Amino acid sequence: MGNTHNKMIRNKYAFRGVNCALLTAIAVTGCSLLVPQNLKAQTGAIKTLKSDSLNKVNQLKEVQINRVKVTRRQTSSTPLQILSGAELQRLNSLSVADAVRFFSGVQLKDYGGIGGLKTINVRSMGTNHTAVFYDGVQLGNAQNGQVDLGKFSLDNIEEIELYNGQKSTVFQSAKGFASGSSLYLNAKQPVFEKGQHDHLTATFKTGSFGLINPSVRWQRKVSDKVYGSFSTEYKKANGKYKFHDTNGAYDTTLVRKNGDIETMRIEGGLYGKLPDSSEWSAKVYFYNDEQGLPGAIVNNVYDFTQRLWNRNFFVQGNYKKEAGRYNLMASAKYANDYSRYLDPTIVKDDGLTNNIYKQQEFYLTLSNRYKINSLWDVVLSTDYQRNTLDANLYRFPYPTRQTVLIAVATEIRLNRLNIQANLLGTLVNDEVEQYYSAGNKSEFTPTVMTSWQPFSSKEFRLRAFYKHIFRMPTFNDLYYTFIGSTFLKPEYTQQYDLGFTYIKVFENNWLSQISVQSDAYYNTVKDKIVAVPGANLFRWSMQNLGRVEIKGLDVNAQSVWKITDKLRANAGLTYTYQQALNVTNVNLNYMHQIPYTPLHSGSVIGGLDWKNLSLNYSYIYTGERYDQSANIPANYVQPWYTHDIAFQYNKQLTSKNIRFSAEVNNLFNQSYAVITNFPIPGRSYRFTLSYSY
Amino acid sequence: MMNNRKLYFLYLVLLCGLTFTACRKDLNPVKEEAEMTVPDPSSVIKGFYLVNEGNMNMNKASLDYLDFRTGLYRRNIYGKVNPEVVKGLGDVGNDIAVYGSKLYVVVNISNKVEVLDVKTGKKIKQIDVLNCRYITFHKGNAYVSAYLGEVGDPKAPRGVVVRIDTATLKEDKRIEVGRQPEEMAIVGEKLYVANSGGYSPPNYERTVSVIDLNAFQVVKNIDVAINLHRLKADQYGDLYVTSRGDYYDTPSKLFVIDTKTETIKKTFDIGVSNLAIDGDKAYFYSTEFSYITGGNTISYGVLNVKDELFADQKFITDGTDKNILIPYGIAVNPFTKDVFVTDAKDYVSPGTLYCFNSAGKRKWSVTTGDIPAHFAFIY
Repeated sequence: MGNTHNKMIRNKYAFRGVNCALLTAIAVTGCSLLVPQNLKAQTGAIKTLKSDSLNKVNQLKEVQINRVKVTRRQTSSTPLQILSGAELQRLNSLSVADAVRFFSGVQLKDYGGIGGLKTINVRSMGTNHTAVFYDGVQLGNAQNGQVDLGKFSLDNIEEIELYNGQKSTVFQSAKGFASGSSLYLNAKQPVFEKGQHDHLTATFKTGSFGLINPSVRWQRKVSDKVYGSFSTEYKKANGKYKFHDTNGAYDTTLVRKNGDIETMRIEGGLYGKLPDSSEWSAKVYFYNDEQGLPGAIVNNVYDFTQRLWNRNFFVQGNYKKEAGRYNLMASAKYANDYSRYLDPTIVKDDGLTNNIYKQQEFYLTLSNRYKINSLWDVVLSTDYQRNTLDANLYRFPYPTRQTVLIAVATEIRLNRLNIQANLLGTLVNDEVEQYYSAGNKSEFTPTVMTSWQPFSSKEFRLRAFYKHIFRMPTFNDLYYTFIGSTFLKPEYTQQYDLGFTYIKVFENNWLSQISVQSDAYYNTVKDKIVAVPGANLFRWSMQNLGRVEIKGLDVNAQSVWKITDKLRANAGLTYTYQQALNVTNVNLNYMHQIPYTPLHSGSVIGGLDWKNLSLNYSYIYTGERYDQSANIPANYVQPWYTHDIAFQYNKQLTSKNIRFSAEVNNLFNQSYAVITNFPIPGRSYRFTLSYSY
Repeated sequence: MMNNRKLYFLYLVLLCGLTFTACRKDLNPVKEEAEMTVPDPSSVIKGFYLVNEGNMNMNKASLDYLDFRTGLYRRNIYGKVNPEVVKGLGDVGNDIAVYGSKLYVVVNISNKVEVLDVKTGKKIKQIDVLNCRYITFHKGNAYVSAYLGEVGDPKAPRGVVVRIDTATLKEDKRIEVGRQPEEMAIVGEKLYVANSGGYSPPNYERTVSVIDLNAFQVVKNIDVAINLHRLKADQYGDLYVTSRGDYYDTPSKLFVIDTKTETIKKTFDIGVSNLAIDGDKAYFYSTEFSYITGGNTISYGVLNVKDELFADQKFITDGTDKNILIPYGIAVNPFTKDVFVTDAKDYVSPGTLYCFNSAGKRKWSVTTGDIPAHFAFIY
């Protein structure tokens, strides 16, 4: 079917020369309008036919409607997108990376395959400007500042939240104020109803790429005040897949090789409540993997020998007291990461290239909130972090970085107006064992944000924020042999955002709820850290050269449908417009769109639930873009769009539940690459069998 | 009834999805582009091929051709003539040369030497050589330097020089030289190759290997300095060899080796990044990264190879050098003495090729592929 369709399109010359992506935008808008109207029309017809039974349905609906609340999504003064619970479960996703593609304003940088590096770039500011938090504490990577979201399984994740700017609360760690955008991964927490003492979930996934992926989660009520959780997962895949490559003249199918991966994750948590209603938790996380590294598919190079090993361990504890006027929150974390890179194609005088990197992080945070009155809070948060990196590289300086973050913040809550403001002080000290260090840096950066309900109804809110923040040069930027430069300054961003949220609950209608949020924004990136060439290809150096101006629009709409008692549906769409222009040098690609950033992108999700069965359909579109700075035909990259479908069957046996799901990803087998020469798999399948009580 | 409605809803959702699919352009091979320079109808030389390296992993090596007589500069010849070659010319074009009726392009990451018809650019054959770097010719044979003899053998860090019979276009023998050999030159019946050892800092190589071409074996290693790269012969039997230094404490330098004695006869304390020798003159540029300024310092100059002295001459006199971000390729027309200099810019943008007349004034410039680098004149 995919082929016939493509052929049809090829003959449609009328589409040529028109901005295709614009058509997409129109399509998105069209769809969102079409669906409700058509279904409404049908509703009318049914009403006249079956008024009696409908009355009953309506009565049920009213009960339902009263439960719909205005959520964080609506009241957040920074744009917030959430995927959680069942929604997350039914989405065709193996890792966190697969799920974040459904957020607006996001580009996932994906090197393809199960083991391929997957990082998130929010609003074109660059990967390093998004902080990733796991259970409230940031996942650090002082070496390169990037977190591979492909390494985080969804198995033990309850909720993924993405905030532009920062989380819309003042009572948080200083780190929470310290990034351009923040992705929160929240692990599943044990919940016990009366009479329950433990829960077990055993899951087995298999499918394309030779995937074998068993996992077990066990939650136990230790006492009335203490719950425990244990989760473990094993994943193995040969990572092989066929991909298709063509330039219009040649047309070839090749097999992606050296993409095998084997991973193991063990995670444990304890959650408790103290008599004064304060809460504590403790968590241990261990992850280990070995993988092949499939390189760029270039002429005459279709197999690879490079390998990578990773080992991540962390332990963290949290304490939170929210009762009374004075509130306190504290966390501590220790992380130990090891990675080894083996490259048999670079044989040195003492053998194969075998680089070993060891990182350690120690982190402590203390947040204090004082409620001056019922309308006004003030917060003081202080964080301390110590990072070290060891590497068996020539001329490696063995850096240690100490960071102190101090945030003062305040929040004013009026009836219909919420204002938050904070000032963050960042003090960084680098020390090295040999050669040169980047020394001390101190920065003070503000954020102001507001959310306003202009009318008496709670359905419509306006919001705006301004944030000035930066990212520190990473250890690689500063100290990597030959390339690093200790002269680097931080890379600064400014963000201005204005948006609205709207939620509407309908009575006596098939469409029971619709919510829309949209934000327009203007960002600038200054002193962007870029690799600048030296005398030869091996000799790059890092410099604060880049300047980017970004104008964008994000739209996120969700709808909930109740067609009958047994048939329910949901539909959502996101749309992103991003103009991200390189304004670095008037003589070089000036005002060209930066690489890999489409003007238009978006996604559609549709779900149907009928009795025990559910169907999920998702569609992702990424518009045309360029893979290098110059916007010329040689660098043009085609749009890509994938259709995914998942079926689920749930069987409830008293307190036990069996779930089976079958997924087809990239249904029409489209060949594409997110990063040029790193092909993404075509059509693939995944099957999940899960048992829980 | 319910089923119909369900289907209708599903249909709508699918329809929405399919609406998006209506816009993927036809894929076509990237087209050849042309640009006019200043024609020289009486030119003795027909023109030159220029290979653009393309940044690593981008698979954007490309071939351009300038016809001196018509002044027509054509970009992406290879893609135009050989669209059926899977993934095209390949990744990182590292050297180019003409021998007889054939054009040889060394493509480093693609591990191959492409053999093309020099008149048409049509692919004749490819000869696979792992991690190949440079090529030179002598008496019916091509000699290719390559960083490694074998990949994956921890006990085999040394590079090789591969001999290819230009009649059969097959490798017939290879010999080990130092680690990561770079440029080569032939003087008499000997081939000289600069060893870098660039994979193992700080244990760089320090030698030029001397290969007797009749026996095809290494007969001597001349100790020069660490991390050697460029190696060019002048008409007096001298070799000009550059050392890249270690980028930190040991600065880059230029050495002159007398092939009669096979010893260093002169050292210039200047970091030469690339040079082209024509008659008695060596045209060079230097790009040095400074840890003081955190930026590059670029300079251009001319050496008199007869007396081995700096010549009081500049080959860019009109201030154009200020517009060149990263000089990369350099060549001299032996008849008109025009100097060609390429600008590789940020390595990920189309470059610029400048032509300067013998007085150092810019005659013309054209846009090239990414990282314009190596020239081959066509007679």
